[in-house]
Parts: sequence; C-alpha cells; structure tokens
Amino acid sequence: MDVLSSLGDGFTIAITWQNLGLAFVGCFLGTIIGALPGLGPSNGVAILIPLAFTLGLPATPALILLTSVYYGAMYGGRISSILLNIPGDEPAMMTTLDGHPMALKGQAGEALAISGLASFVGSFFATWGLVFLAPQLVKVALLFGPAEYFALFALAFATLGGLASRNQAKAALAATFGLAIAMIGVDGQTGVPRLSFGEVHLYDGIDFLVAIVGLFALSEVFVFLEHRKPGEDGAPRPALGRVIPPAGMVRSCLGAMSRSTVVGFIAGVLPGAGASLGSFLAYGLEKKIAGNAETFGSGDPRGVAAPEAGNNAAAGGALVPMLALGVPGSGTTAVLLAMLLALNITPGPLLFAKNPDVVWGLIAALFIANVMLLLMNIPLVGLFVRVLMVPTRYLMPTVAMVSFVGIYGISGSTFDLMVMIVFGVIGWVLRKMDVPLVPVILGILLGNQMEVNLRRELTISNGDWTALVHSPLAIALWLVAVAGFLAPLLVGRYLRPRSASPIADEANSGD
Amino acid sequence: MKSVFLKIAASAVLAAGLAGSAAASECIAPANPGGGWDFTCRQVGKAMQDLKLVDGTVQVTNLAGGGGGVAFAEVVNKRNDDNDLIVAASSATATRLAQGAYPGNTMDQVRWLASVGADYGVIAVAKDSPIRTLPELMDRIKADPASVSVAGGSAVGGWDHLKVLLAAKKAGVDDVRKIKYVAFDGGGEAVTQLLAGSVQAFTGDASEAKGFVDSGDIRVIAVLAPERLEGDFAAFPTAKEQGIDVIGANWRGFYAPGGMSDAAYDAWVEKIGAVYDSAEWKSVMASNGLASLNLRGKAFQDFVAGSIRSIQDLSREIGIVQ
Repeated sequence: MDVLSSLGDGFTIAITWQNLGLAFVGCFLGTIIGALPGLGPSNGVAILIPLAFTLGLPATPALILLTSVYYGAMYGGRISSILLNIPGDEPAMMTTLDGHPMALKGQAGEALAISGLASFVGSFFATWGLVFLAPQLVKVALLFGPAEYFALFALAFATLGGLASRNQAKAALAATFGLAIAMIGVDGQTGVPRLSFGEVHLYDGIDFLVAIVGLFALSEVFVFLEHRKPGEDGAPRPALGRVIPPAGMVRSCLGAMSRSTVVGFIAGVLPGAGASLGSFLAYGLEKKIAGNAETFGSGDPRGVAAPEAGNNAAAGGALVPMLALGVPGSGTTAVLLAMLLALNITPGPLLFAKNPDVVWGLIAALFIANVMLLLMNIPLVGLFVRVLMVPTRYLMPTVAMVSFVGIYGISGSTFDLMVMIVFGVIGWVLRKMDVPLVPVILGILLGNQMEVNLRRELTISNGDWTALVHSPLAIALWLVAVAGFLAPLLVGRYLRPRSASPIADEANSGD
Repeated sequence: MKSVFLKIAASAVLAAGLAGSAAASECIAPANPGGGWDFTCRQVGKAMQDLKLVDGTVQVTNLAGGGGGVAFAEVVNKRNDDNDLIVAASSATATRLAQGAYPGNTMDQVRWLASVGADYGVIAVAKDSPIRTLPELMDRIKADPASVSVAGGSAVGGWDHLKVLLAAKKAGVDDVRKIKYVAFDGGGEAVTQLLAGSVQAFTGDASEAKGFVDSGDIRVIAVLAPERLEGDFAAFPTAKEQGIDVIGANWRGFYAPGGMSDAAYDAWVEKIGAVYDSAEWKSVMASNGLASLNLRGKAFQDFVAGSIRSIQDLSREIGIVQ
C-alpha cells in the first residue's frame, strides 16, 4: 500500500493552518465564481494566479489555493443553474434542464442539496480514481487517436436528439445552429479564416462563454423586460422547499450518482473531452436508464444528480492527464498547467517520481477541499435559495450587470459585449419559438472538436475514410452511437402509450 | 438579498483586479489570463517592480481576440502616442503579421523593443521509432511524403508547422506542400498522439517536450538552435550539426506604440534589458524552458523584420498567403 502511505505524507503536508486557510478561501471564492454567470473555473483560476504570485506562495500552497478554487467553481456552477436557469459555467449547463424545473415546483432547496451531494460524490470518488488509477488511466488516454475522438463526439451528438427537448426537430435545429457558430474563426487545419468577414475579432471564433451568458442570462433579462408590467413583481415566487432532501429522494439518486461518476471521470481523463461532455453523457445515460423519459426535463432529481456528479468527477479526471502527461484535459487544467510550469514543476510522466510532495500534497488538498465544500454548501443552501426571494425587478438588472462585468473582465473586449447582446437577442427569439438552448451550446462546444478530429484522421490516413473504424475502440463507440440514435426512435414507439400513467403517479408522489 | 450583494461585491472586486486603474505603466497581454503572453507580461512586470525599474506597479491588461490582432489594432488606432505602454509579443505575432492575419496592420506601425528569451524548436520521434536522425526523417519524407505525419501544437501555417517546412527546405525537399502536418491544440496533445502512435514525428518547442524527454518516452532528433542547449537537452544534436542549417526560435519579447517618443523607447529598451540581465530573470528563464535570445532596440527590430520576410516567403510558397 505504497499509495496510501504516500497519501498520508500528502496529508501531513497539506494539513497546516495556512494551507487549510487557503483551501477555505479558495473553496469560498470558487463557489462564488462558479455561481456567477460567465465566470467559470478556468477564468476563476486564471484570475487568482496573480494573487498566488503576489502572496509569494510556494508550489504546494499555491496549488492548494487554485485547485480549491477549481473544485469550488465546479460546485458553485449549479447554484445559478438551478435558481435562475442560467448556467454559472459551461459544465453546469445540463443542470438547468431539471434543476430549474425543480426550483419552479418549489423544490429549490432539495435540488441544491441533492446536487451538492452529487457534486461531493462525483469529486470524492474521482479523487480516489486519481490516487489509484492515474498511471493506468494514462494508457486509456493513449488509446484515443483522432478517429476514436471523432467517434466519441459523434456519440455525443447521436444521443442529443430528445435529450434537451420534447421536439427532436427543434433540438436538431438548435444543434445545427451551434455547429454553424463553431465554424467561425481561423480553421486550424488549413490556416484560413472562415465566416469571419475580415473582422479580426472573429478570427479566434466565438468564445462559448460569451454565447452561454448571452443565450441564457441576457435572454432571461429580455423575457423579463417583455413581460414586465408596472407595479407587478413578476410571477408569484415559488416555495423554497426543504433544505434537507427526503431520504427517499437521495436513495433514488444514488444509482445515478455512481454511474455518472464513472462516466464523468472517464470523460475527464480524455484530453479535450472535459467536464461538459462528462455531464452531458451522464445526463443522457441516466435518461436512457430511466426509460420513462418524460419526467426528465420537468424536474427529476436524478436529472440534477447525474450531471453534477458527472461534471465534478470530470474535474478530478481532468487532473490525471495534466499531472501524468502534462496534457490538459480541460480549459481549467490548461491554466493550472501554465501555473505549474511557472513554479518550475514539469508535469509529465516523471512528476510522481520527481515531485511527490507536490503531487500528494495536492491530492490530499483535493480531499480536504471536497469535505470543506460539502460542509460549506449544504448549510448555505438556505442562504442561496433566498436569491429566489429577491424581487425580479432587482434580480434581473443584477444578472445583466454581472453578465457584462464578467464577460468584459475576461477578455477586456467591447466586441465580446456586442456579441453577447446579439446572443441575448437570439436566445430570446429561440425561447419564443420554443427551441431549446442547450443543444446550441453543445454544438459550439463539441462541434469544433468533432470537426478537427475528423480532419486530423483524414490527413493522417491520406483521405481514407475507412481509417475512422480502424480500431476496436472506434468500432465500439460507433456501435453505441448508432444504438443511442436508433433506440429512442424504436423503443419510444413502444413505451409512449404506457408511460403516460407513471408520470401521473410521479407527479402525485413526487413531492 | 445578502448573496446578491455578495455577488455584486465579488464581481466588483474581480473587475477591479482585472481592469484596474490607470497605473503608471501598463503591459497589454493580447490573450486571456493564463497564456504565454499573459505570463510574459506578468513575469517581466513583476521583475521590473522587484528591481525598482518602474515607479509603482506594472498593470497587466488582458486584451484578447484575433490571436493578438485585437490588441495590435487597439495600440495602433487608439494608443499610438502612449509612452507608458508595452505589449507582449512572440513568434506567433510575427507569423500572423507576415501572413496578413492582422487585417490592415503591419510591423512598421509599432516599435519593437527587445526580446526576453527564446524557446527553441525541436523535432522528435517516439522512443521506439526506427528514425534516428533528422536527415533520416527527411529522406523518408522525400521518398514518400504520405507515409510521415508530423504533429504540432499550432494551426497550419503556424510556427510549429513552419519550423518543419524550413527544415525540409534546407534538407532539399522540393515540394514542402506535400508534407503532412496535423494540427493539435497545443504541444501536449501533439506529443500524446506521438506516444499513441497516431503520428510519426512531433514538432514543437523544447519546453513542451521536456517532461517526455526526461522520462525517455520520446527521442529528440534535432534541436533547431544555433548551438546545443544547456541542461537536459545538451545530449541532443542541433539540426546544423546534421548538415541542415535551420534555426527555429519561438522568441518572446515586446513592442511599443508606433508614436512612442525616442526617449521613452530608449528607456523601455533599457528597462527590459536590465530585467534580462538580472539573476531573477535567469531563474525565470530556466524554469520556463527559455534559452537565451538577447536582442535589444534596433537589433530586435531588424530581427523581427527578417523573420517576417522569411515567413512571408514560405507562406506564399505553401499557399497560405497569395
């Protein structure tokens, strides 16, 4: 049990008052950063790097601070997803699907508590995965060439239909729109700008954060402006619900949490896939397993637990390739990697051997941050839900202000603010037409990756398309993708008549 | 209510931390926090403060977009006479200027100050690859270009790509357009694909390859530096030693607004030079995998002009620039 004694050494490094204090500050700031629309884990960590430098922190405390912010932001992202229907960061997007309906049904407290617990389960077990499996998992990452990545992203899109909407045609339309936006910018495989109309601001493409904040947050503000009447305070406030979820609800979510942890962790380990894909696949899997798909999307606790366990597990998983290969699995780990290099630590195959104090101190800090976040988040649920008590006429201007400040703060570009407003208007129009917004973002997030991996593979194989199914792993992924695409079409026809009654039961016994 | 105020307070603090007030000196990092330009600004800014070369602080402003083009246009159009402003730059800036990727902008519109180091290019293969030297790799490419895929972390036409093409030209490959280059998101992903066996060779910077060189997973077959690097890389031959005289340096440095006064320009060149000469900077260079590249003032201006010319010629040849 070499690993456990190393971990013990790690705890002795991590448990000092200074480090615990840094972890606490990091968790707290991270939760707030995660909850603020626009500011996600990657910006949060990047913003605090100068702070770590200014404080003159050595490597281990600096990493403890920043990874606490990272985990904190992954927890915090769910808060605004559930309460405001505005994802606090991109992986929390799937949480809006069932989280916000739960809040509308008066179960905001339960939704926050369940998702907090799911976040804990996801990141806790993912951290254990990091401890025991890091060296083996690196080999998994090496199994994924461009062909396998392409199959994986195709799998994500194949299961998209009906995931975020009742109307599959509208979901497909939304995803296509997202894919089109993903095409904007300089094409890495040829170096030629596409759809940028000579506008230098568009050469880097559209930042998905700008799109998310515009589509979700600003469109919410526009909807509010449209329905505003003098003297009226918006819709009647929903009840807050219980802060401690009933045991039955927790029990019903345990399966979802554990499966999602595994799915999310694997997605996190793959460089380039990351937390968004983790929460997306976790949600999709749970929806498939539940079979009775109608409750998903209208406030099913499992639909809250799955993406949260998934994206937090992915956060832990993403540390595997970063530490063991020096390859970031997500935007946030890319920033952490830059930080490590600046601290004169070279991540890579030898990191565990050369800097064991840093690695194990970091892992111990992750456990500490996790427990701290659970302890911090559950009691604070009562405080968070009070956001819903704030009259809309105060809340919406605040949302607008935070959106503008957040986006401007990241890039310092007024052009991005314009783009955000455009997306706000688009979001408002799409909402009016009842087109779901989540597939748009997924198109932007995953579309680029899917395209470049296809083209990499075709370059390598000299244009031979059969190379896409050259390995057993690629074939397996394609089979799952085809099954995932066809299953709802075939099975749905069988289940639909019968599924009517369980929903009614669910609705009655749900609270 | 409370948490809303909390949010406002938090975002105000964050905004203040990012945008800041009009400080005495400013360094624009033309990218989001965390990238190479951001680090150049922060590290040099911090060194200037520590060495008391500036009054007060060096404020770092992130102005992302267009691969640095947004910041370049901002400096040219709006801040042309600012004497207290420097902007982080690198080979990527020169590459994009050469290829017209900053529409309407040219290198003459700003004044080039000085370099603070360079990350030299390497070409590597997997440890079990039959290819052992750079000429061997080039012979394979000459014999059958379709059989060798080269992975790098930059886009097609980017610096990682151009380095291989420069080497291939020197090695006598007639049509460099036939070379198969596969673009990945950063050097790390490209090395991973080398280990996974998807590609046969890797082109990148020495710092990107370091972790894998130490572990013995990859073998560097050529360093694109004028002479052998120090430390762990001393064991690897330069391309020049192998008869292929090519240098590929991913340099880091700064430019200043075109309308900056001569006095201010000279003062900035001197300050950056003082940072370069300091012991602190030596340790920053060592930890970031930067090798020496010490060019100041006119010499740096000429160096940038020369590299832009050669990139332009090459880009025209491979069809990226008409």
